[in-house]
Amino acid sequence: MDPIQVTVNGEVRTAGAAGPHTNLLDWLRGEGFTGAKEGCAEGECGACAVLVARPEPDGTTRWVSVNSCLPPALAFDGQEVVTSEGLGRAPGACAVADLHPVQKEMAERGGSQCGYCTPGFVCSMAAEYYRPDRTPVEGDGDAQTGPAAVGDDHNTHAADHEHGPNGFDLHAMSGNLCRCTGYRPIKDAAYALGRPDDSDALARRRTAPAPAARPTRLRTDTGEFVRPASLAELLERLAADPDAVLVAGATDAGVERNIAHRRPPLVLAIDRLEELRGLEIDDDHIELGAALTLTEIETRLAGRIPLLADLFPQFASRLIRNGATLGGNLGTGSPIGDAPPVLLALDASVLLASAAGERDVPLAEYFTGYRESVRTPGEIIRSVRIPLPLAPHAAFYKIAKRRFDDISSVAVAIAAVVEQRTDGGSLTRVRIGLGGVAATPIRARATEDALAGRPWTADVAREAAAIMATEGTPLDDHRASARYRASMLEQALLKFYEENHASPALEVTR
Amino acid sequence: MSTLSHRPANPVVGLTVSHESAELHVTGAALYTDDLVSRMAGTLHAWPVQSPHAHARVTGLRTSPALGVPGVVRVLTAADVPGVNDAGVKHDEPLFPDEVRYYGHAVCWVLGETLEAARLGAEAVEVDYEPLPSILTLTEAIEAESYQGTQPTVTRGDAAAGLARATHRFSGEFEFGGQEHFYLETHAALAHVDEGGQVFAQSSTQHPSETQEIIAHVLGLHNHEVTVQCLRMGGGFGGKEMQPHGLAAIASLGAVLTGRPVRLRLNRTQDLTMTGKRHPFHATWEVGFDDDGMIQGLRATLTADGGWSLDLSEPVLARALCHIDNAYYVPDIEVHGRIAKTNKTSQTAFRGFGGPQGMLVLEDILGRVAPVLGIDPTELRRRNLYRPGQATPYGMVVRHAERLTQIMDEVSERSELQRRRRDLEAFNAAHAHTKRGLALTPVKFGISFNLTAFNQAGALVHVYKDGSVLINHGGTEMGQGLHTKMRQVAATALGVPLEVVRLAPTRTDKVPNTSATAASSGADLNGGAVKNACEQIRERLEQVAARTLNLHPSDVRISGGVVTGLGTQDSISWADLVRAAYFQRIQLFAAGYYRTEGLHWDASRMQGEPFKYFAYGAAVSEVEVDGFTGAYRFLRTDIVHDVGDSLSPLVDLGQIEGGFVQGAGWLTLEELRWDTSDKPSRGRLATQAASTYKLPSFSEMPETLNVHLFERATEDGAVYGSKAVGEPPLMLAFSVREALRAAVGAFGPAGHMVILGCPSTPEAVYWAVDAARRAGVEAVDGGAPARSAAPVGSGNGTAGNGTLGNGTLERELAEHLAPRGVTE
Ligand SMILES: Cc1cc2nc3c(=O)[nH]c(=O)nc-3n(C[C@H](O)[C@H](O)[C@H](O)COP(=O)(O)OP(=O)(O)OC[C@H]3O[C@@H](n4cnc5c(N)ncnc54)[C@H](O)[C@@H]3O)c2cc1C
Ligand code: FES
Ligand code: FES
Repeated sequence: MDPIQVTVNGEVRTAGAAGPHTNLLDWLRGEGFTGAKEGCAEGECGACAVLVARPEPDGTTRWVSVNSCLPPALAFDGQEVVTSEGLGRAPGACAVADLHPVQKEMAERGGSQCGYCTPGFVCSMAAEYYRPDRTPVEGDGDAQTGPAAVGDDHNTHAADHEHGPNGFDLHAMSGNLCRCTGYRPIKDAAYALGRPDDSDALARRRTAPAPAARPTRLRTDTGEFVRPASLAELLERLAADPDAVLVAGATDAGVERNIAHRRPPLVLAIDRLEELRGLEIDDDHIELGAALTLTEIETRLAGRIPLLADLFPQFASRLIRNGATLGGNLGTGSPIGDAPPVLLALDASVLLASAAGERDVPLAEYFTGYRESVRTPGEIIRSVRIPLPLAPHAAFYKIAKRRFDDISSVAVAIAAVVEQRTDGGSLTRVRIGLGGVAATPIRARATEDALAGRPWTADVAREAAAIMATEGTPLDDHRASARYRASMLEQALLKFYEENHASPALEVTR
Repeated sequence: MSTLSHRPANPVVGLTVSHESAELHVTGAALYTDDLVSRMAGTLHAWPVQSPHAHARVTGLRTSPALGVPGVVRVLTAADVPGVNDAGVKHDEPLFPDEVRYYGHAVCWVLGETLEAARLGAEAVEVDYEPLPSILTLTEAIEAESYQGTQPTVTRGDAAAGLARATHRFSGEFEFGGQEHFYLETHAALAHVDEGGQVFAQSSTQHPSETQEIIAHVLGLHNHEVTVQCLRMGGGFGGKEMQPHGLAAIASLGAVLTGRPVRLRLNRTQDLTMTGKRHPFHATWEVGFDDDGMIQGLRATLTADGGWSLDLSEPVLARALCHIDNAYYVPDIEVHGRIAKTNKTSQTAFRGFGGPQGMLVLEDILGRVAPVLGIDPTELRRRNLYRPGQATPYGMVVRHAERLTQIMDEVSERSELQRRRRDLEAFNAAHAHTKRGLALTPVKFGISFNLTAFNQAGALVHVYKDGSVLINHGGTEMGQGLHTKMRQVAATALGVPLEVVRLAPTRTDKVPNTSATAASSGADLNGGAVKNACEQIRERLEQVAARTLNLHPSDVRISGGVVTGLGTQDSISWADLVRAAYFQRIQLFAAGYYRTEGLHWDASRMQGEPFKYFAYGAAVSEVEVDGFTGAYRFLRTDIVHDVGDSLSPLVDLGQIEGGFVQGAGWLTLEELRWDTSDKPSRGRLATQAASTYKLPSFSEMPETLNVHLFERATEDGAVYGSKAVGEPPLMLAFSVREALRAAVGAFGPAGHMVILGCPSTPEAVYWAVDAARRAGVEAVDGGAPARSAAPVGSGNGTAGNGTLGNGTLERELAEHLAPRGVTE
């Protein structure tokens, strides 16, 4: 096989020093690219962010920001990576600074204090700078400085706050933490960016195809890393070696490696397998490939499934979503994962594949215990299927301490059809998915039963909310008390009622 | 005006310039301690063996299994220490302990060829522990009377008399959490024995001189055999004032014993579980007001959770006691302080250094009682502000007290407080499930180290023959912009453009015996020293220029690199002047020195003038609370802050905004949870990662943040009329918590007391909303006026604790917030 090579800042480097358990960050730093920093090693701070060239469905390239502390370095065999050092030239002995527009805005506006978070911010900001669909907001002159129009409708207030006049989406930096600046100058720097000009090499790079994934294999005395060429090869390998660990975005697997020091003997990279990356929409299903990143799903569905559109901005950060997959979220099977409650409310099923064949399992029957499922060792998740039509009334409530990038204390997804009757509305097909209140994600069946077919009135909602408060067996932990979790279940239903009764939207639309 | 504060014409100080390293930061070229590893061949990596008990005796330690792990080079234990086995200055911090005093305490360290080898080696080390009883919470410590260090008291007048005089008296208890520094760069050291045979340690330290001293005493060396360099830090916030020393000593010990460079970098989990944090506090208090809402008396006991060793707990506590008054005059007062000894990390300096904790107690009291007094909280605060001529409880007159009122007025105006209050009332009336709250809080913060001796600094300034200038000073750069300001000070003092001045990293062999870069004093002290050095050189150069230009030396003017004088058109360039001076054999370098004048402090009586001056500020914040969940958004904050005449406006703005957001994090979001159960995991920090300990992110910054620097604010006692800015803005964040309290209050009847847990997380806010709503229901059900209804605590509040004194009390209230233990 070819030597393992990664292109960093336009220069090809042999990644021989990286073992199967070396993350991209450590490898880069070892190569002297110390601009990328380790602040947490678990995907939370973004100090390690770098840019990666990723393929677009139309054959062009998108610069995507990722946390380099999580994925294995070997997963970048044949790929192109850009670090803060590669964006612009630093001043130095016999060198005059030549800053990238993003770097220039950050430097001039006080966007760095201690500077430790800065290279990561610069990379996250650059990815958004190059985002092809970033377009200036129409008719927006006044940026976020100056007195706010208090008393304004709060939704427009929020929308303005999170998007610059240049179309910059603040969520692009939701995975970057800064302890020094308080963020205002960073936001101002981001909102001041123009468009890349024609002389910009990275902008031009977008018009050519991204590097394809290529099969990789490396065995060292600490383990083996394999990127199979096809699904068939993967399933074969897995059948032979059921202890192998699959890695897609590595946003869970990387944390296990860095924090829990897990060192599986065989790592199988599946993030680029085309067979796991389909997105099909037909009359009665939407099928989402297990290895699509959440960002890809979000972009390509473009709001087609409102409940998912609600979920994504609240799921981790942009940096994480650029790697994280649905397959990984269900594969981890965490009781506080955010996709399961939503997928339960959507009545989704999971397509499992093994060397022996495929089977479709309703998600409601998938989880069997704490991080356990019906999936057998030789099986992988191939896709997630969501039946159509969608229930028109749906909401996702994530309860967490922090609004950007936090793990749920409780997550609630509700989807229902409201049938118009002469005496008012009535709920049918109620599906409620809950996270954070039991050893697995669960359906709130007692609450569903208390609602289905009943008139949709405040009394019924209150009654059902009281039942909802008793669903699951919430625990006390550092995120929240059991009492709070139970209350949040109750409040979620009350809020759903508040948002979904007697409004014009009640007319059954589809 | 003093010569210290006087600014020459066209000063470089006061210009808006970017951070001195900004271009290096953004290109990833700025180097931090751990970035040097890939430049150093043969470096060994260190990994600790951490205790799995909160308190235990080490009865056996077998390191040989580790030596069997491939790549392990050596295990460092107590037996290896040639000098003193202690990491602190109080000799209560054994570097290699035989009794572990907190969960995660490092017993010994493994050195490996790779980090992985060192880690696996540490897993292989066998330690026998004999568990001992442990104390974790403040409640447990108070019950067991487990204290350490001194127990100072600040008094003035007669608190009992003040309380007796009061027509409205309240008492209560308040326990609030600490804070993790979460500097983005964790602790790091890289040590080797250099070509001259001395120990050379690169360390991410705010206090290189003390790091040097501790390395020397651990190794049994003299200070002149050890050099410490701090390139820059990826944040410090006080967390690198004391805590780096032991870590740098371990790396140095390893380097001496193996002859190879040793790198010690804590990963985030190690940093969180091993190093100290802001002190959590417990307070009990009694306060009395007259009918106008004027504070008559305050009696309080503050207990700081010091953790397992003293570290800086004593001065932190002293500052808390000296700041409980915040901006308010309390005629009769008695405040006791004590430091709990618990089996946790040794709590340490953190931006504000106890000041925020002291101030929070009184701000919390004012926020609680204002509705019961029937006085608007802002009005209550304003009435009680210090007036000119009044003195603090420790006997220091509050100079420029009038600025407090001026700043409060100005921030009210700039924030359009009156109009927005009306808008807010309309909004709240129209929304049943969402309420907004507005609050204004002031800050007064004393500047200088409480310990007088620390208020000195040195600098070394070189002018080279080509006119270029290199400066060194004793302060360290952690992002606060000190180096930026020092370049501006040097350029101003010499009269040259900024580009002429370069700054070299902080090293103990350039400037000795430095104080920590702390107490916001970095620019005051080092600025004084840099200025002094530059002025020595400048005076000599003025003599040369006078001869060249035929002037009297006092008529020479050097500005912007051009040398000219009064009444002459002639000029020469700076570089020519310097060259001429060299050939005239004039000394072109100087050591500068500065000591803050006029300070004295009697620590036994807790009286004196410990501060050179006070920094002032005020903030108005508006928040919105969701009644379903307790979640909130910060809508807008307006700040007016007094930085004197700013040395560097962009830097100061950054300090104000950053301090404010960090303070808001402490008060609302950041929550340290230790396992207080009786399980074997007792004492384990449950929030030991970025995923569980949440810092403010973009979503926590106010959607609109307006900062205004108070004008005409020259401070006579500091370099070029400036004021320290590092710490004071943190406490502007009280406005956020008080705004949350106001929003919560809007869910209940008027005039009811809102008790809010701290940190005021969404959950804490939710329970307060719940209590407010219940107060409303009770008021309606009971038909009693809400104002006299007993307050409802967070679930387990107790109302009315019997008589507090004579029968003239209108209301007697006592509340108790349950300590926030963890049950996992
Ligand atoms: C900072 C941070 C924030 C996060 N925030 C959230 C959040 O808000 N909400 C949330 O739900 N999660 C969150 N997560 C968790 C994580 O991002 C998600 O679980 C993500 O979906 C995992 O996807 P991945 O592709 O990265 O999985 P990987 O890490 O690659 O894999 C995870 C596990 O799933 C298995 N696996 C992967 N793909 C498959 C497949 N196709 N078939 C079978 N098994 C498979 C792997 O073997 C592995 O055991 C967060 C993680 C981080 C680091
Ligand atoms: S190091 Fe913090 S996200 Fe990677
Ligand atoms: S500048 Fe210090 S963490 Fe952002």
